[in-house]
Amino acid sequence: MIEGILIGLTTALTLQNILMVMVGCFFGTIIGMLPGLGPMTAIALMIPITYGFDPATGLILMAGVYYGAVFGGSTSSILLNAPGVPGTVATSFDGYPMAQQGKAGKALAIAAWSSFAGGTLSAIYLLFMAPSLSKVSLSFRSPDYFALMILGLTAIAAFSSKGQFLKAMMMVVLGLMLASVGQDSLSDITRFTFNNMNLTDGISFVLVVMATFAMSEALTIILKRNDPTSAAKQVSLTELGSIKINKEERSKMYKTIPRSSIIGFLIGVLPGAGATIASFLAYGMERNVVNDEEKEKFGKGSVNGLSAPETANNAACSGSFVPMLTLGIPGSGTTAVMLGALLGFGVQPGPRLYMTNPEIFWSIIMSMYIGMVILLILNLPLIPYIARILAVPKNYLIPLILFFSVTGIYVMSFNNFDIYLMIGIAVVATFLRLYDFPMPPLILAFVLGGLMEENLRRSLLLSNGSWEFLWDRTLTLCILLTTILIVVWHLYKSIIRK
Amino acid sequence: MNINTTKVISLLFFIFSVFYLYTAYQIQVFAFDENAPFNARTFPIYLGYAGLFFSGLKLILPEPNNIKVDHKNLEYKKTVILIVIAIIYGATILKVGYFLTTSLFLFSSYYFLGERRWVLMFLLSFPFVAAFMYLLHGILDIYLRDPFLQSIGVMG
Repeated sequence: MIEGILIGLTTALTLQNILMVMVGCFFGTIIGMLPGLGPMTAIALMIPITYGFDPATGLILMAGVYYGAVFGGSTSSILLNAPGVPGTVATSFDGYPMAQQGKAGKALAIAAWSSFAGGTLSAIYLLFMAPSLSKVSLSFRSPDYFALMILGLTAIAAFSSKGQFLKAMMMVVLGLMLASVGQDSLSDITRFTFNNMNLTDGISFVLVVMATFAMSEALTIILKRNDPTSAAKQVSLTELGSIKINKEERSKMYKTIPRSSIIGFLIGVLPGAGATIASFLAYGMERNVVNDEEKEKFGKGSVNGLSAPETANNAACSGSFVPMLTLGIPGSGTTAVMLGALLGFGVQPGPRLYMTNPEIFWSIIMSMYIGMVILLILNLPLIPYIARILAVPKNYLIPLILFFSVTGIYVMSFNNFDIYLMIGIAVVATFLRLYDFPMPPLILAFVLGGLMEENLRRSLLLSNGSWEFLWDRTLTLCILLTTILIVVWHLYKSIIRK
Repeated sequence: MNINTTKVISLLFFIFSVFYLYTAYQIQVFAFDENAPFNARTFPIYLGYAGLFFSGLKLILPEPNNIKVDHKNLEYKKTVILIVIAIIYGATILKVGYFLTTSLFLFSSYYFLGERRWVLMFLLSFPFVAAFMYLLHGILDIYLRDPFLQSIGVMG
């Protein structure tokens, strides 16, 4: 492991990679602050830029964007009570009241230090857990992988759908259907191409991500007359107050951070869960753990109430890398985008990544530490100024998002058809978003589609066409039962709700 | 009669799944693969049935939270204009080239979204695209096809 850490440090500490983390954190912070534009959009917009780098540098850049976006979401939660990403909703419960009491600077400092501590601690957990899990996952067979992918898709549908499980499952199926377009990987038989040569290689992952996130989010903002930047115009540089944290506040954070980081990391590891659930759980747990006097302060500007979700959401970000790096199965929409980008680089994440591409595996982990330090250095003193940058009118913001989306496709294929297809998918996605059809399940399904078919193919061929492979192995059966439990529970909830 | 749009979307998805399933059954597989436990049409067939299952359930089960979208408050005009500009951009980018079409796309999008600060609009279109092109093409070595700039000798 020491050798791996050194490899990772050597890669991550090159001037280019440090610069990439800085650019990623800065860019991610700005995008993450804008309500509605989360880490997935930020990463999607960065994909064309990463084409110019090697896989490790590209992934380091995207990881920086990820942390930056989560942190940026906290800033808008605290200053504007407008969470940039769902994972920072819980931050606003106590962060915004603190800001209203004239302690915005202090709230931002608590959020920054908690994010830093949460991210750093979880990167340490990842450091120890990922290699061990990689070794364990080498014993996984095709049926286990197939069952795990079904579980991942079901879980993300369950967690991201806000009570609309069936809508999310429809998006999962749609994502898998889109992934099935093009040549079959084994027989080279074309499917669903309708004799269109442009579809022979299938639909590009970048195209789907750009269409369903960047482009459709831009169209949704225009359609709904939202202005994500309007609230930022009200931020005053002079009313932020001191960023100093006193001894009493520090001692509260010392207790909150370790427990919230563990919760955040473990939730992040679970497929589909992620930063939102982690932050809410950490907030709830913290409220139950503190004494009655402190409990009274929750919702009115509690230090514990702010520190807990901030620690947990950053810890969950690192945790979500575990299934992606070790199993090759992303646990969240954001890591699905990163997985897709990795596949685009020709790198296959999974248990063997640890052995075949140690520089990628370790440099991502090591860049997390560096990213956290940079976020702290960059964001703490610069936040008020970054918040002012957000006063860019949507009249400029929207065309720029569309421009980045089209450029991403243009540099990839030099093909008009792809641009038309992207616009078509974006229009459909915008319409579906209006009626609360979630997009992360679609992306995760699209990324996993090929792998899922491959593992089903192997499993069915090995079992001679029998579906017994689903219960032949205890591990497969356990994963399958968990999936069934999630489906039945959510269907039951759908039925009894009326 | 008040039609629930979510149900209409579910119905459309159901019809789409029927079409997908029909097309999946039409996939030509090799003769020796016809009765194999798994061939090119197996997975799509399962997906077609899954689509029918979930959209069918959505149609049958009661709607937990009925989402009402106020269409009067939606900005259809600007959205459609933006989509049309994006389509024109996509249609011309290869023939005319990246620099000119992208700059014009940005400039016209700012204009149609209501912006009238001409100097800022210009700065955030032509010089901005030139700088971005330099970053991609010059620094990151990402090839950008541009017949217009090539014809006037700016790009090699």
